Amino acid sequence: MTTTFDLAYVRREEEPVLPPPRGRISGIEAVYAGLFSSFTNIVLTVIGLALIIMVVPPIVRWAFIDAVWTGNSREACIAPEAGACWAFVKAKFAQFMYGRYPVEERWRVELTAVLLIIGLVPMAIPRVPFKRQNAIYLLALFPLMALILLTGGNFDIPVGIFRLVAALACFAVGLTAMFVASHPAAAALRMLAATAALLGMVLVIAALALGRVGPAILGYTIIEIAVIAAALVAFFAGVAAILAGEGAYGARRILPLGITTAAVVVVLLVLRADFGLTWVETPLWGGLLVTLVVAIVGMVGSMPLGILLALGRRSKLPVVRFVSIAFIEFVRGVPLITVLFMASVMLPLFLPPGVNFDKLLRALIGVTLFSAAYMAEVVRGGLQAIPRGQYEAASALGMGYWQSMRLIILPQALKIVIPGIVNSFISLFKDTSLVLIIGIFDLLGIVQLNFTDPNWASPNTPATGYVFAAAVFWLFCFSMSRYSIYTERRLDTGHRR
Amino acid sequence: MATGDGLRDRHGRSRGTSLLYDPAVRGYATQALVAIVLVLLIGWFVSNTIENLQRANIASGFGFLWNRAGFDISQTLIPYTAEDTYARAFLVGLLNTLLVAFVGVVLASILGFLAGVARLAKNPLIAGIAAVYVETLRNIPVLLQLLFWYRAVLSVLPAPRQAIALPFGSYLSNRGLLLPNLIAGEGFAATVAAAAVAILAVIVLAWWARRRQMATGKPFPVFFTGLAIIVILPLLTFAATGAPLTVEFPELKGFNFVGGFHVFPEFMALVLGLTLYTATFIAEIVRAGILAVPHGQTEAAYALGFRPGLTLRLVIIPQALRVIIPPLTSQYLNLTKNSSLAVAIAYPDLVSVFAGTVLNQTGQAVEAIFITMMVYLAISLATSLFMNWFNRHVALVER
Repeated sequence: MTTTFDLAYVRREEEPVLPPPRGRISGIEAVYAGLFSSFTNIVLTVIGLALIIMVVPPIVRWAFIDAVWTGNSREACIAPEAGACWAFVKAKFAQFMYGRYPVEERWRVELTAVLLIIGLVPMAIPRVPFKRQNAIYLLALFPLMALILLTGGNFDIPVGIFRLVAALACFAVGLTAMFVASHPAAAALRMLAATAALLGMVLVIAALALGRVGPAILGYTIIEIAVIAAALVAFFAGVAAILAGEGAYGARRILPLGITTAAVVVVLLVLRADFGLTWVETPLWGGLLVTLVVAIVGMVGSMPLGILLALGRRSKLPVVRFVSIAFIEFVRGVPLITVLFMASVMLPLFLPPGVNFDKLLRALIGVTLFSAAYMAEVVRGGLQAIPRGQYEAASALGMGYWQSMRLIILPQALKIVIPGIVNSFISLFKDTSLVLIIGIFDLLGIVQLNFTDPNWASPNTPATGYVFAAAVFWLFCFSMSRYSIYTERRLDTGHRR
Repeated sequence: MATGDGLRDRHGRSRGTSLLYDPAVRGYATQALVAIVLVLLIGWFVSNTIENLQRANIASGFGFLWNRAGFDISQTLIPYTAEDTYARAFLVGLLNTLLVAFVGVVLASILGFLAGVARLAKNPLIAGIAAVYVETLRNIPVLLQLLFWYRAVLSVLPAPRQAIALPFGSYLSNRGLLLPNLIAGEGFAATVAAAAVAILAVIVLAWWARRRQMATGKPFPVFFTGLAIIVILPLLTFAATGAPLTVEFPELKGFNFVGGFHVFPEFMALVLGLTLYTATFIAEIVRAGILAVPHGQTEAAYALGFRPGLTLRLVIIPQALRVIIPPLTSQYLNLTKNSSLAVAIAYPDLVSVFAGTVLNQTGQAVEAIFITMMVYLAISLATSLFMNWFNRHVALVER
C-alpha cells in the first residue's frame, strides 16, 4: 500500500550554519537591555529617574552642601538657607553616647564596650576555635564584669543570703540522695536526708514569710535553728547515703551541685566586694549606652527563657503546655508599649509595699519577657524541623528528656534557626527605642531631650538629631541582618549542589 | 562495677520499682509543682496589689467607666465631649486605633506590593530604588520614624497663612492637611444604593461567567463589563437625582482655615510612619512569595499557550498568595500593635487615651492596662483564628 504526500516544500540543500548564540552579553549591553528593552521599560526608567531627581538632590543639599558643620550655638544653624545642623550632633555627641554618666567615670563604659567586643568578635567568626569558652565568657563573665563596671558594684547583699545559699545547697544534697542513692543498704539514710530536706525547705519558706519572730538563742530564732539542724541532717545523711550506696559514681553526681554552689557564692562575693568604684545610679545612664544595655540584656535574657517556653509549648504535660501557650500568645498579642506600661506601673504594685525597684530594671524585665515570647516561637520552629528519628534515637541511647534535649535536639534546632534568632534580635534592638515612652533616656530619648536645649533650638535641629539617631540604629540593624544572611548561606550547605 | 543480680543497671544502681522513676508520676509531680508555684506567685502578686491599692486609697473595679471623663479629645470619630463617660472615651480611642490601623493597612499593602514587585523588576533602576527604600526604612525603629515625620517634618511646615497650596484646593500647613470636603445633599443615598446594587450585580455576573466557562469553555469579559456597570450605574443615578453633592473648599480666615476636611498632623505622621515602615516588610514578603513559585510553573504556563499577563494572574499569583498571606496578616497585626506608638506623638488612640490619660486621672492602673491589653489580645486572637481557618482552606491537598 502506498501513500502519496502532497508536500508543498521539501528541503533540497543544507541551510547555512548560523553562528552560536552569544552566551554572555557585555555589561553595557545588559544595562541597556535592562533599562530600554521595551516601551514599558523605558517608561519605568523615566519614572525611576524622575524619582531620583526629585529625592536625591534635595537630600544631598540638605545633608552635605548646605549643612552647618561647625559652630558653638544655634547662631550657626538658624540661617534661613542652612541645612542639617551637624554642629549640634558634634556638640552633644558625648551625651548621645553616655547620657548623663559622670564624665570622669566614662572610661568604665568604654572598658565595658572593649570587653564586649573582645568576646563578640571571635564568637561571630565561625573559624575561630574555643566557642564554648567564648560563650561562657560572653554569657557569664562579661555580664558580671559589665554590671560591676557600669554600676560601681559594692552591692548591699545581706549576710543572710549566704546562709540561705548554704542551707539550700544542703537540701539539694538531701534531695539528690533520694534519687541517686538507690542502694538498699542506704534506704534509711536516704529517707532521713530527703525528709530533712523537704522539712527544711518548708521551714525556710515559713522563716521568709514570718520574718524574725519569737525568742532568740545565741542570736538565732527558733525557726532558724530548726533550719540549720535540718540542713546539717540533710547534708550529712545525704552524703553518707550516696557514698555508702554508690561510691565514686555517687560522688560524681553531687559534683555539679558543689560547682553550682561555689559559683553562686563567688558571684555574690564579687557583687559585694568594694573595687573602689563610685556608684553611678541608673537614672544617670543614657544614650547609646542604655540602648545597648537594654538590647543586650534582652537578647541574653530572652534566649534561655525562650528555649524553656518553646520546650514547654511542645511538652506532653498539659499544665506546662497550657501555661507556656498562654504566656506566649498573651505577650505576642499585645503591643510592647503596654507590656512596658505594665512593667513600669504595675510591677511596683505587685511587690510588697516599700520594695522599690530600679526603673531601668523594670524596663529590662518587660523587654526580656516580651522578646522571650517571640524567641520561643522561633525556637519552636527549629524544634519542629528536627526529624522524629532524632528524638527516638536519643531515647534509644537511654537518654532522659533533659539529656536528649541538651545533647541532641537543641544543638541542631538552634543551629537551624540562627537567622530567625538574629532577626528577632534586630526587632528587639529597634524596639528598645520604646523605653523613652516610660521616661528612660535611650539614644532616641536623649537626642529628643536635647531639642529642648535653647542654645541649640533651630528649625533643622530635630531633623538632624533624628537622622543621626536613625543612622546609628540603621548601622547596627543592617550589620546584624547582613550577618544573618551570611550565616544562612553558610548553614545552607545541605541544599547546595 | 560488678553486677551481682539482674536488677542493677550499668551504674550498679538497682533498677527501681520506685515511684520516683515512673515517668507518669514524675509528670504529675512536675505539673503539680508548676501549678503550685504559679498559684502562689499570682496569689502573692494579688495580695500585694490589694494592699498597695488600699494604702494609696485607689478604688478598684470597673465602676469608674461610668464616671464623667472630664477631658477633651482632639480627634473623634463619634461625638464626644468632656461631659461624657470614661466608657465613651474608651470607645473614641478604640475607633481612632481602628481607623489608623485600617488606613495604614490599605496604604501599606499598596506600597508594599509595588515595592516587592519593583525589587524583582528586570529594570536595574527600579529594582535599585526599591532595594534602597526597603533596606533603609526596614532597619530604622518605627518610633523614630513617627517622631521624625511629626516633629522634624510636619511641625516645621509653614503656618496656615503661608500654607503650601496643593492641587484641588488643598492646603498643607503645620496644622495638618486640609482637603476639599464633599457634602452629600438630599437624595445622595440613591447613588450609594446604586453603587451597592452595581457591586452585587458584578458579583453575580462573575459567578455566572465562571459557571458558563466551566460548562462551555466560552470566556466572558467580566472585568470590562463589571467596570462599566460599577462606573455607569451610580453615575446615571447621580445625574438623575440632580447631582446632590457639593464641594466645600477650605478657606483661610484670620489665622486658620475654615471648612474643608481636616487631617490632623498627628494622624498624618502616624499613618505615614506606619505605612512606610510596614510596607518594607510587606515588600519582602511579596518578593519571597513570588520567588517561591518555581520557574517551571511559568514555563509550563507558556507551554500551554498562556500569555504573560494571564500566566501572572492565573498561575503565579494564586500560588504566591498561599505563601504571602500568612506572614502578611502578621504584618497587619504588627501595624495595628505599632499604632499604639501614637502615645508618643499625642494622637488619641486607645493606649494614649486609656492607658495614658484615663490611667493618670483615675489611678486605676490595673483595670486600665487590663482593658487595653484585652482589646489588642482580642484583635490578635480573632485574626489568628481567621488565619487558621484560611490556612486550612488554601492548604495544598496532597495524598
